[in-house]
Amino acid sequence: MSVLLNRRTVVTGLILFAVLFPFVTRNDYVIHIMTLSFIWMIGVYGLNLLAGYTGYLSLAHAGFFAVGAYSLGLLTVEAGVNFWLALILACLFTGILGFLIGMIALRTREHFFAIYTLCVGYIIYLVIYKWDGLTGGVRGLIGIPAPSNIGPISFTSSISQYFLVLFFLLLTIFFIYRIVHSLTGRTFMAIRNSEDLALTLGISTMKNKLVSFVLSTIFAGLAGALYAGFVRFIGPDIGYITITFDLLIYLLIGGIGTMSGPIVGTLLIVWLSQYLQFLQDYRMLVFGPLLAFLIIFYPWGIVGIFQQWKQKRQARKARSIHQEENRKDEVELDAGVSADQEQVREG
Amino acid sequence: MLELKGVSVRYGNFTAIQKIDINVKEGELVVLLGSNGAGKSTTFRAISGLNSVHDGKICFQGETISNLSPDRIVRAGIVQCAEGRKLFPAMTVYENLMMGAFVHRKRKSRMKEALEMVYELFPILQEKGHDAAGSLSGGQQQMLAIGRALMAQPRLLMLDEPSIGLAPLIVEQMFEVIQQIKQSGTTILLAEQNASAALKIADRGYVFENGSVAVQGTADELFADEKVRRAYIGA
Ligand SMILES: Nc1ncnc2c1ncn2[C@@H]1O[C@H](COP(=O)(O)OP(=O)(O)OP(=O)(O)O)[C@@H](O)[C@H]1O
Ligand SMILES: [Mg+2]
Repeated sequence: MSVLLNRRTVVTGLILFAVLFPFVTRNDYVIHIMTLSFIWMIGVYGLNLLAGYTGYLSLAHAGFFAVGAYSLGLLTVEAGVNFWLALILACLFTGILGFLIGMIALRTREHFFAIYTLCVGYIIYLVIYKWDGLTGGVRGLIGIPAPSNIGPISFTSSISQYFLVLFFLLLTIFFIYRIVHSLTGRTFMAIRNSEDLALTLGISTMKNKLVSFVLSTIFAGLAGALYAGFVRFIGPDIGYITITFDLLIYLLIGGIGTMSGPIVGTLLIVWLSQYLQFLQDYRMLVFGPLLAFLIIFYPWGIVGIFQQWKQKRQARKARSIHQEENRKDEVELDAGVSADQEQVREG
Repeated sequence: MLELKGVSVRYGNFTAIQKIDINVKEGELVVLLGSNGAGKSTTFRAISGLNSVHDGKICFQGETISNLSPDRIVRAGIVQCAEGRKLFPAMTVYENLMMGAFVHRKRKSRMKEALEMVYELFPILQEKGHDAAGSLSGGQQQMLAIGRALMAQPRLLMLDEPSIGLAPLIVEQMFEVIQQIKQSGTTILLAEQNASAALKIADRGYVFENGSVAVQGTADELFADEKVRRAYIGA
């Protein structure tokens, strides 16, 4: 009960913080960076569902991110579709593509899967880069409209965009939380644990892996679409491998296969990058060793460190209660002994 | 009930089992004996659909199952409890059991029924329901693995070396439980290296050597067989 209460306060506190944040800083640039990191978080949550909970490390997620972004961009700019409809279609299209690619990719495992998806991601990037007629190639796609008004609410100010993205982030977290704590989520974890074992329990692993893959790509697509609507300009670079590795680094540093890892890792690295901007590309000299250190010693990232610490503390508490009881026994024993001695003296 | 006709399984170019014929009748307890690497687990994996059958045919209740996917085979009623007590160590005992009932996930009443049966067989699993599976002792983990397999309410239960690595007293308990499961009407195929204990509760047995069946017969016949005694019972 106290754990539940505890978690509830933490979650409420975090949401409150996120809601108040733009009013506290009032700095457009800071709000802009925060909004961007929320967008990355959505993508990282998607990656976490597949790589963290199902055990399939996809390196194609920047590709799916770009597919979402370009779907929204092309639908709004070229076809004049309403932003919200385009957002739904972009997710749908990314999901369908994810389904088709997943059907093939999921026949491989482990590093073969990673390499296969790495290639898929690169092919998506190349298609966007080379298909000038459709995507605008290197020139990119400009003039993507901001989210259209919903009734009286407009999404032109940076604060309103911030809240829009925050809304989708909370939706994503809620959705992922529900999945992870459902039978489907346990099925994913069973697959991560051992596919043979899952099979002997009667789990159709292919079907479940595909569900995880498709959901994961949909979140990547959603993040991409939101990115397109937020930055309003997209180029093929957003589909490049470096974005995949960014997402992966956020996830690994925060804690892969944990519920709060994506938030922790993304915030930490995005803001650290901001402060270390003067180092330019030498920033990697900081992140590289940090990442290597974490992966070797704390494979579940910062959240993993915290969880370990909490477990140890609980264990220590349990032990100290135990010792306390022992000590009490000893004290009583001592008291008994001295009373005896007293009697002897008196006698 | 279960019939293997000339079944061969290969790992790459290596033939792990060759032209195996096995027959299990409804309600029987059949044991597969054989030393390390003889091919017992491979036979189980082939029946479960985890390894594809290179040659031959596997039939269950009159239907060919050798081309079905593993989950279909579980739904048909064959469940294997693999060697090495493979559990989900981070999940609780209860959650592990519930994963075993995956095929009945839409029939709550059946899940409850199965859970009650498992608790009756292994009261300790109810007691430790909220503990992480990884925190159990070796014997308890084996019980959980068997309990989880039973949650699917199999017609044919395959147990792969359930006694390995357990203390003698626990081994004895384990064999008692296996007998109880048999008496409750579940057909059992058991792989064991502990031949004397296994033959005591088995109806019939097959002795594997280098991937093929060397000797077969009733438990009494095998127990009396000079060669079997020398190789596996050590008397
Ligand atoms: N994945 C694999 N790849 C290649 N060869 C394998 C594989 N699994 C098993 N083998 C080989 O197949 C043969 C049969 O192995 P199997 O595991 O079926 O034996 P077993 O009777 O179950 O032995 P044990 O009593 O040790 O469990 C062995 O020679 C083994 O080395
Ligand atoms: Mg074996």
